[in-house]
Amino acid sequence: MITNNGNGSEKGDVLLEMRGLRIEGQSDEQWHEIVHGVDVTLRRGEVLGLIGESGAGKSTIGIAAMGYARPGCRISGGTIKFDGMELTTADEGVKRKLRGSRIAYVAQSAAASFNPAHRLIDQYSETPIQHGIMSKSQAESEAKELFGRLKLPDPDTIGYRYPHQVSGGQLQRAMTAMAMSCKPDLIIFDEPTTALDVTTQIEVLAAMKKVVHEFNTAAIYITHDLAVVAQMSDRIMVLRYGDVVEEGSARQMISEPQQEYTRDLLEVRSYRKPEAEDTSGDRPLLEVSDVTAGYGNKVMILKDVGVTIHRQRTVSVVGESGSGKSTLARVITGLLPPVKGSTIYDGEEWPRSFKERSRDQLRRLQMIYQMPDVALNPKQKIREIIGRPLSFYLGITGSAREQRLKELLEMIELPHSFADRLPSELSGGQKQRICIARALAAEPELIICDEVTSALDQLVAEEILKLLQRLQDTLHVSYLFITHDLATVRAISDEVVVMLQGRVVEQGRTREIFKPPHHEYTDLLLSSVPEMDPDWLDNLLAERQARIARGEKLAQTADN
Amino acid sequence: MFQIIKMIVQRLGLGLLTLFVVSLIIFLGVELLPGDLAEAILGQSATPETVAAFRRELKLDLPMHERYIEWLLGILQGDLGKSLANGREISELVGVRFSNTIFLAIVAAVISVPIAVILGVLAALYRNSLYDRMVNVFTLTSISFPEFFVAYILILFFAVEWNIFPSLSNVNPNMGFFEHVYRVALPALTLTLVVIAHMMRMTRAAIINLLASPYIEMANLKGISRSRIIVHHALPNALAPIINVIVLNLAYLIVGVVVVEVVFVYPGLGQLLVDSVSKRDIPVVQASCMIFAATYILLNLTADVLSIVTNPRLLHPK
Amino acid sequence: MVEFWKLLKSAPFTAKLGLLIIVINIFVGVLAPVISPYGETEIVGAEYEPPSEQFWLGTDNLGRDMFTRMNYGARNTIGIAFITTALAFFIGSVMGLMASTLGGWVDQLLSRIVDVILSIPTLIFALLLLTIVGTTIPGVIGVIAILYSAPVFRLARAVSMNVVVLDFVEVARLRGEGLWWIIIREVLPNSMPPLVAEFGLRFCFVFLLISALSFLGLGIQPPTADWGSMVRDNATLITYGEFTPLLPAAAIAVLTVGVNFVVDWFLYKTSGLRDDH
Repeated sequence: MITNNGNGSEKGDVLLEMRGLRIEGQSDEQWHEIVHGVDVTLRRGEVLGLIGESGAGKSTIGIAAMGYARPGCRISGGTIKFDGMELTTADEGVKRKLRGSRIAYVAQSAAASFNPAHRLIDQYSETPIQHGIMSKSQAESEAKELFGRLKLPDPDTIGYRYPHQVSGGQLQRAMTAMAMSCKPDLIIFDEPTTALDVTTQIEVLAAMKKVVHEFNTAAIYITHDLAVVAQMSDRIMVLRYGDVVEEGSARQMISEPQQEYTRDLLEVRSYRKPEAEDTSGDRPLLEVSDVTAGYGNKVMILKDVGVTIHRQRTVSVVGESGSGKSTLARVITGLLPPVKGSTIYDGEEWPRSFKERSRDQLRRLQMIYQMPDVALNPKQKIREIIGRPLSFYLGITGSAREQRLKELLEMIELPHSFADRLPSELSGGQKQRICIARALAAEPELIICDEVTSALDQLVAEEILKLLQRLQDTLHVSYLFITHDLATVRAISDEVVVMLQGRVVEQGRTREIFKPPHHEYTDLLLSSVPEMDPDWLDNLLAERQARIARGEKLAQTADN
Repeated sequence: MFQIIKMIVQRLGLGLLTLFVVSLIIFLGVELLPGDLAEAILGQSATPETVAAFRRELKLDLPMHERYIEWLLGILQGDLGKSLANGREISELVGVRFSNTIFLAIVAAVISVPIAVILGVLAALYRNSLYDRMVNVFTLTSISFPEFFVAYILILFFAVEWNIFPSLSNVNPNMGFFEHVYRVALPALTLTLVVIAHMMRMTRAAIINLLASPYIEMANLKGISRSRIIVHHALPNALAPIINVIVLNLAYLIVGVVVVEVVFVYPGLGQLLVDSVSKRDIPVVQASCMIFAATYILLNLTADVLSIVTNPRLLHPK
Repeated sequence: MVEFWKLLKSAPFTAKLGLLIIVINIFVGVLAPVISPYGETEIVGAEYEPPSEQFWLGTDNLGRDMFTRMNYGARNTIGIAFITTALAFFIGSVMGLMASTLGGWVDQLLSRIVDVILSIPTLIFALLLLTIVGTTIPGVIGVIAILYSAPVFRLARAVSMNVVVLDFVEVARLRGEGLWWIIIREVLPNSMPPLVAEFGLRFCFVFLLISALSFLGLGIQPPTADWGSMVRDNATLITYGEFTPLLPAAAIAVLTVGVNFVVDWFLYKTSGLRDDH
C-alpha cells in the first residue's frame, strides 16, 4: 500500500482497517446488500477520499467506520478494526466512548445537524465534557482558539450564538471545530461542502484542510466531486454500486487512472461546445430589458436586468444562491410579472403575465426543470406526458400523435416501448430526457433550462448536455441556461451573463468571459471552481494571500 | 424579545377577533331561522299573547344590530339575559354549573396528562417493541369507543357490580373537596380513558418525528449517552409539540364533558346545554355555547403562545 | 383482483379483523329487512323482556325486538354517517383543491371561514345549529356535513398545496391548461392516498358524533332505529346489571375500531414507512 503522498510527509501506523465490509439496506420490507465486501485501510494522519455517484455506498461505508449504521441499514458482514478494537462486535457502550472523542463526524447539512435549542459553544463543549476529557472552562477557551484558527469572525463571541443566527458556511466550519474538540484520531467528513456555493466552499475546504493537517488527524472525506477530493486527500478510493472500482494516491488517480470509469469521471468536465459565429447583428429571438422584479412590493430581487438571446444560440445565466438567476427565468416565462421592464420575443412585445399570453406564445417558449422527479406527473404515463403538448398545441391526435411520439422518443434516444411506462419506472437521466421530449413536442424556438443537470450524477449530466447540443444542431432551438455550475457554462454556452445580488455584473461571449481581465466578482467565482489538480487549493490560497499582502482588494463572498 | 411580544400580541388580537366573529355567529345564527322565530319555537298552538310576550322577552321588535350590541355588552358585564324556560337569570344558572364542569375537567386532566405524556414518550422511545404495538392497539380501540360506552361499562362494573363509586354524580356546593372528587370519580375516569389515548398517540408521533432529526443522529455520533440525548437534545425541542398536544386535549376535554355529564347526571354546563337545546331555550343555548367556545379559543390561544415562547429560533432572533 | 388478495394476505391481523367487521356491518345493514324477524318499529312483546328463543336479544323499553332494531340500526346509523361523510368530503375537498390551486383571495376567504368553524368545538357548534334547524335527519346530515367539511378542507388544501408547488403543475399552467384540467388531471390523482385515509378517520368521527347526538336525544329521532338512541332508551337497565343497552354501544365501538384498524394499516402502507420489524 502506498503511504507516501506527493508532499512526502510520512504517515503512521494503521489506524482503521475494514475487511470485507458488507452492509444491507432495507426496502420493501426486505434486506438488500448495498455494500459488497469493501476493504479500507487508513493510517494515522492520512486522508482518504471516498468518491462515487449516488448509490455508490460511500456515505454508508464512511459512517460504518464509527461502527454505526443508519436506521434502515445494518452491517451484515466483515470486520471493522479501529486502533486494534473490533467494532462490529463491540457493545454500544464501548462504541459510544469512541464516538466524538476518538472518531468524529462532520455532516453534510450543518444547519440541520446542530441542535437549534443550544448555543454553538455548548454543543462544542458537550463532547469533551461528556467524555470526561476537559472542564467546561477549558473546553470553552479551546473552542474560541479553534474558532479563530478556522477564521470564523469574532471567534470569542460567535460561540455564544445559536445555530440559526450563523450563516451556512460559518456553521460548517463550526461543525469542523466541534469535530476537532477532542482531538480525535479520525474524522469522517460526509459531503461537508455539497450544500455550499463555490465561493463559500473554498473557505470551508481551506479550514478543514488546515486543522486536519495541523493536528495530524486521519480523515475519510466523502464526496461526489473528484476535484474537491483531490484537494483534500492523500489517497482516493473510487466506488460504484457498493464496490471498489480503483484505489490509489490522489496524484496517481488524477494523472494516470487505471479504470475506464475513473477516466470518465475525470473527463466529465472537459466537454466544450465548438464556437459559433457572431450573430449579434441579427434580430434577437428574445430581448429582455430593464427588468425589475420581486415578490411582494418591498424587496426587489432583480434590478434593471437585461438579457438578449439569438436564434440557435445558448446563453447561460450564472450566479450563486440569491443572485436572482431563477427569478429571471420566472420573469421570462411570465410566472412572475415584473414591476418594470419588457420581454420582446421575435420583435413582438409579450404580456408580462403568462395568463395573458396566447396559446401560441406559450408554445414558443418551453422550460425544463432542475428536478425531473417533480417535473413529471407520477400518475401519468410517458405517452400522456409527451402526447399532451402535441394535442394541446398542435392538434395532433390518433395515429399521427403516436407516430410523432415515437419520433420524439427517438430524438431523446429512448425506445418506443417507454411510452407505456410511468415516470417512477425510469432513472433520473431518463426522466430528464422525457422532460426534454415534452418541451420539444411543443416545437418551441427557445427552451429555458433551469439547473437541468444539477440533480444528476456527473456522467449522466454530461450525456444530457451532449444530447441538448445535438438537438440544437438539428432543430436550431435556442437555450437559456440557468446554472450555478461554471463547468456547465463553459461546456455549452455561446454567451454568459454573470449575476450577483440581482444585478448583471458582466456579460459577453463565453471565450471572452473566461479570459482575464474579469470583473472582480467574476474573478472570484471563476477562481473558486475546484480544478483536477491536487495543488490547486494551496496555490489559490497562496495567491489570494499574496494579493491581499500587495494591498489588492478581493471581492467578498456572500456568505462570510 | 420585541419580535416575540409582537407575535404574542398578534395572536391575542386574532383570538379576540375570533371570539367576536364567534359571538356574531352564535347570535345571528338564530336569525337564520326560517319564518318567525317565536312561532317556530313555541309551536303552532301558541296563542298570540304568548307569542307577543315571547317576542318582547327576546326583544325581537328591536332591529337586529341593536339587539346584538345589547347582548354583547350584557355578556361583557356578566349579564347573560334570562332563561325562556323558567325566567331565571342565566348568569345564576350558569355560574355553579360552569365551575362544576371545570372541576371535572381538571380532575380528569390531573390524572390523564402525566400518564399520557409518560406512556407516549416511552412508546416513542421503544418504538416497534411489543409494548409499543400494544399501546397502538389499545389507543386505537380507545379512541374508537363512544364516551357513553366507556361510561356505562364503568358504571356496570364500578357502581353496579362492585359498588365502589356512585353511578350518579349528584354534587352540591356544600360538599367538601374529597366528597366532590369521590362523586366525580367515574365521569373523570371516563374522560381520562378517552383523552389519554389521543394524547399518547400525539405525543408518540411528536417524539418520533423529533428523534429522526439530523441533530439527534449527530448527538449519537458524538458519543452522547442515550439518557442525555433524550433529556438534553430531544426534550428542549419536544416541549413545544408536547405542550401543544396537552392543551389541544384539554380543549377536547371541555367538549367531551357534555356527553359524560349527561350519562352521570352531573350538574355541569354541558348538561344544561343539552337540556336547553331540547327545550329550545335559545338565550341559554347562546350563553352556554359562548362560554364553551370562549374556553376553547382561550386554550388554543394558550397553546399558540406557549409554542412561540418555547421556540428557540424566536427566543433568540438573528 | 389477484393483487388485492395478495395485499390482503400480507395485511396484519388487526387489518383483516377490521375488514371483516366492516363487511359484516355492511351485509347486515343492506339485508336488514331480510334477516330481521320483525318490523323496525313493530311492538312485539312486553317491555324489557330478557333474551329468549323468540327475542334473541330481548325487547326494549317499548317491547320492540332488540335484534331487529340492531339490524335496522346498522342500516340507519351507518347509512346516515356514510352519506354525511361523503357530503362533507365532497364539499371540503372541492373547496380545498380550489383554494390551493387558485390561491389568492379565494384561498384567503375560504381559509378564514374554516378557521372560524374550527375555533368552535364541533359538538357545541352542532348543538347550536341543531337548535336552529331542528333535529330532523336532513338537518343532522346537513349540519354535520358542513361542520366536518372544515377539517376536510384543511387537509385537502394542505395535501394539494404540496402538489400544486411541484414543477409538473407549473408545466401544466405554463402550457395554458385550464383550472379543471389542472385540478382533475394533475393535482387530484396525486392527493388521493391521504384523502382516502382521511375518509376513514372522518367517517369514524362523524359516526361517533351522530351517535353521541342521538344518545343525547338530539340526533336521529324515534321511532327510527338507531344505535345511539337505543342506548339512551334502555340505559336504565344498566343500573340493574343488565348488559342489553350496551349492545348497540358495543356495536358502535366495534365498527369504529374496525375502520380505524383498516385506516391505520392503509396509512402505514402509503406513508412509505418501512421500519416495522
